[in-house]
Amino acid sequence: MKFRTFAAAIGISATAIAAQAEGLKVGMITTLSGGGAGLGIDVRDGFMLAVKQAARDDIEVVIEDDQRKPDVAVQLADKMIQSEKVDVLTGIIWSNLAMAVIPASVAQGKFYLSPNAGPSQLAGKGCDPNYFNVAWQNDNLHEAAGAYANSADLTNSFILAPNYPAGQDALTGYKRLYEGELAGEIYTKLGQTDYASEIAQIRASGADSVYFFLPGGMGISFLKQYADSGLDIPVVGPAFSFDQGILQAVGEAALGVKNTSQWNKDIDNAANNAFVASFQKEYDRLPSLYASQGFDTANLLMSAMDKADVSDTEAFRAALKEADFESVRGDFAFGSNNHPVQDIYVREVIKEGDVFTNKIIGTALEDHADAYADQCNM
Amino acid sequence: MRRETLLNAAVLLGLLAVPLWAWASDEPFIITLATKVVILAIAGIGLNLALGLGGLVSLGHAIFFGVGGYAMGILASHAQSYTPLMEWPLLIEGTKSMPVIWLLAVIGGACAALVIGALSLRTTGVYFIMITLAFGQMFYYFAISWPAYGGEDGLAIYVRNGFPGLNTLDPIQYFALCFGVMCVVLLFVARLAGSAFGLALSGARQNSERVQAVGLVPYRLYLVAFTLSGAITGLSGALYADLNRFVSPTMFSWQTSGEIIIFVILGGVGRLFGPVIGAALFIVLEHLLGGLSEFWHIYLGALLLIVVLFARGGLIGLLAGKEVAHD
Amino acid sequence: MSIILLIEQVLNGLQFGVMLFLMAAGLTLIFGVMGLINLAHGSLYMVGAFAAAGTAAATGSFVLALAASLVAAATAGAIVELTVIRRLYDRDHLDQVLATFALILIFSEGTRWIFGSFPLFLDIPEYLSGPVTLPGGIEYPLYRLTIILIGLAIAAGLFALIAKTRIGIQIRAGESDREMIGALGVNIARLYTLIFALGAALAGFAGALIGAIQSVQVGMGEPVLILAFVVIVIGGIGSIKGALVGAILVGLTDTLGGFLLPRLFATFMDASAAMSVGSALAAMSIYILMAGVLLVRPTGLFGGQ
Repeated sequence: MKFRTFAAAIGISATAIAAQAEGLKVGMITTLSGGGAGLGIDVRDGFMLAVKQAARDDIEVVIEDDQRKPDVAVQLADKMIQSEKVDVLTGIIWSNLAMAVIPASVAQGKFYLSPNAGPSQLAGKGCDPNYFNVAWQNDNLHEAAGAYANSADLTNSFILAPNYPAGQDALTGYKRLYEGELAGEIYTKLGQTDYASEIAQIRASGADSVYFFLPGGMGISFLKQYADSGLDIPVVGPAFSFDQGILQAVGEAALGVKNTSQWNKDIDNAANNAFVASFQKEYDRLPSLYASQGFDTANLLMSAMDKADVSDTEAFRAALKEADFESVRGDFAFGSNNHPVQDIYVREVIKEGDVFTNKIIGTALEDHADAYADQCNM
Repeated sequence: MRRETLLNAAVLLGLLAVPLWAWASDEPFIITLATKVVILAIAGIGLNLALGLGGLVSLGHAIFFGVGGYAMGILASHAQSYTPLMEWPLLIEGTKSMPVIWLLAVIGGACAALVIGALSLRTTGVYFIMITLAFGQMFYYFAISWPAYGGEDGLAIYVRNGFPGLNTLDPIQYFALCFGVMCVVLLFVARLAGSAFGLALSGARQNSERVQAVGLVPYRLYLVAFTLSGAITGLSGALYADLNRFVSPTMFSWQTSGEIIIFVILGGVGRLFGPVIGAALFIVLEHLLGGLSEFWHIYLGALLLIVVLFARGGLIGLLAGKEVAHD
Repeated sequence: MSIILLIEQVLNGLQFGVMLFLMAAGLTLIFGVMGLINLAHGSLYMVGAFAAAGTAAATGSFVLALAASLVAAATAGAIVELTVIRRLYDRDHLDQVLATFALILIFSEGTRWIFGSFPLFLDIPEYLSGPVTLPGGIEYPLYRLTIILIGLAIAAGLFALIAKTRIGIQIRAGESDREMIGALGVNIARLYTLIFALGAALAGFAGALIGAIQSVQVGMGEPVLILAFVVIVIGGIGSIKGALVGAILVGLTDTLGGFLLPRLFATFMDASAAMSVGSALAAMSIYILMAGVLLVRPTGLFGGQ
């Protein structure tokens, strides 16, 4: 799906693109239609907001919709590289799509900046000098939740996730730092919407806390049913189920739940305050985690453009690695495997007026890198 | 010559001319798209054998497509990591050779179709549609939760598999290879439709009592057709996996089955070249409509609806007239 | 594993089954009378849920939301029947599958166009929230009990409708001989629209009821649709009784399979392998059930011929 008209509408004129032969071309492949479209739209909007604010005429963005299908994503990547001749690729939301696209793209000498997915394979043995992750390694938020459980004296967690690789990674991540006992461990069906059976098992298990990773609609269903079950064991989750986009659909059921995130709208720094205000002004909604990641990705890219030309691969790579931009998360640096080293916070779901949102109540992990960096040789 | 024959020749030439033009003007992505058309057309030709000739509405052909895909994925991933597929009772190594992979994809598709067909063909009509759908869902959930080959993440193969004498990484050469395969498959299906078996199968579809009266068993005819159909779709799955250098459980999803049916219907059920035209139209639409709006599925849906309601016989029916039975 | 937990799981299976019945009843009715496969039935489920969420947000009343789901889904059903579906009655199943697949695309993206890409909010009303204590000390959510009761009441109502009323007689006549009822002077076109709207309303109602404890989002209908198809195929297409039995069988198999299979495997495998093998098999269990039933009875448990 071409959004040239869209790009033009928000400030990049087509003539400027033609005049600037030396510019940089970005190919964004993200999910804009179907069930998971909300995430892709947020990443796109965050990214384009940063591009618009920079008001520069040497960047062109081509946006295409992967429909959340790996084969479509692969073909779009081919198109971006072969026909559009882009320099940098970005935008993919889902780990399975990332695994399909990223290794082949970086092998063809393109840069890839990940605004959301961070599969462990690409952080460890499969790392690549041209692949930069601007969000997190997939395990990070789960590790933080395990660390939070320790600090909150939770010693008997019941943990559940869907039965697919990201779900298995999530539970592994939680267990990596968590020091207590496990009251139970369940893999649910991917796309499951009814959790009565699991909730009954939680009730029977005598757990003192519940950790769950159920992205998208699965999490909404789980939380609503959990709240209605009368169970009052504390629930902990990663930010994905408590994000701005879906929190309104969960409603009261989410109030008070602790979740882990590397970003929140109340992080107090100039870049974040400006981002939150301008995103609300531009799109008339509160920014989400995904929007913040898209925004940071664009700013990282443009910070590198100021230092080096993309045709000089070595210099551009070094410029990216410096991460010399004002991240809305505050401190941000890349580790040895080009994955973020960052603070991860604990948030609590609150209600501000009519809107459900999060506030930071503590820091789970400081300057946290990932567990796979050692396996990366580059 | 009949109009349909002319049309078929035009389609074949067009499908050859577009990538050649793209090759000359350095538009490799157009070649990739044309390759996709050719491969999906093969999947459709496979289904058309069961659907058009045998009247078997299968909502489970994604199974064979996926089996072919995973045949490629599993063999190539073992070759990539230099680990044997199994060591006991006999040593099987992975391979990066397309002919071997194709053979296994065809055998895999045929075996899956034989077993599923043997069970499903005990039912008819809607029950047949639904039981094939159910088998598809079984494979889908199995592929998602089976960790050995990537689960939902799928399997990435970094370099396209090899074919003797060709550089398959070159888009135009891979296109030529797939195009050649499609022509062979078309020839095979054309010969099959004209053979005694094909005539008996057509007869069974139209009037199964009459076929029984001459001593043939419709169940066996259907089962053979279904197995051949699965074998062809399996082959296309292996080609598709090599086009993307990637396999994932999406290949098994019921939407994939739905799309293969759409190719057949758009082009025209039971027409030899129906799936070719259908797949070409579908891919072109996907790219034209995709450029128009985020909500392009609405237009796709509306167009499909119009074809089903008003253009029975698909595009070929529209262009070449209604008659098809009097060959 | 305590007996209370097992009973609770049986209740959960029952509730899931009843919910599936609401979907399956409409499907099987439409197939039985008109001979039509309607893949877009899941979209009507979604329409009901979205109408309910929209109404609840505007008025704050859950009862009004349920009413809105009935009206919206019935209206959408009637419109679709008048414009598209009635052209499909004398077509083969292939055309029906394709045309209704096209309707799914239109409904899904159309809903996303109107309501946006984010899930909507719909909650259980205050008076139905929270658990109640059943005899034996089982704590069970009141809302789920309510769903079981509503579902059984609707099932009873449908049986009465078909057995006792004039429309029921026409429906039964239509199932056995389509030309016959025309000859009897029944307005077939109107009867068909009515039945289609009724089936749609049931699906929309199920969408609203379930939407309150799940996520109201685009694409919510298709997973349920596939399950509903499994149900009517197991029960025998066209049979309301079959739909009820099939729904409860599927509900119980799915819930108890997910609960018991990992435990079964854990008796002879290590825990995490048992978990993943058991879960994988549980996800496939209802399809295995369906294939098994069809192998023994190719037209389902209560199917004709």
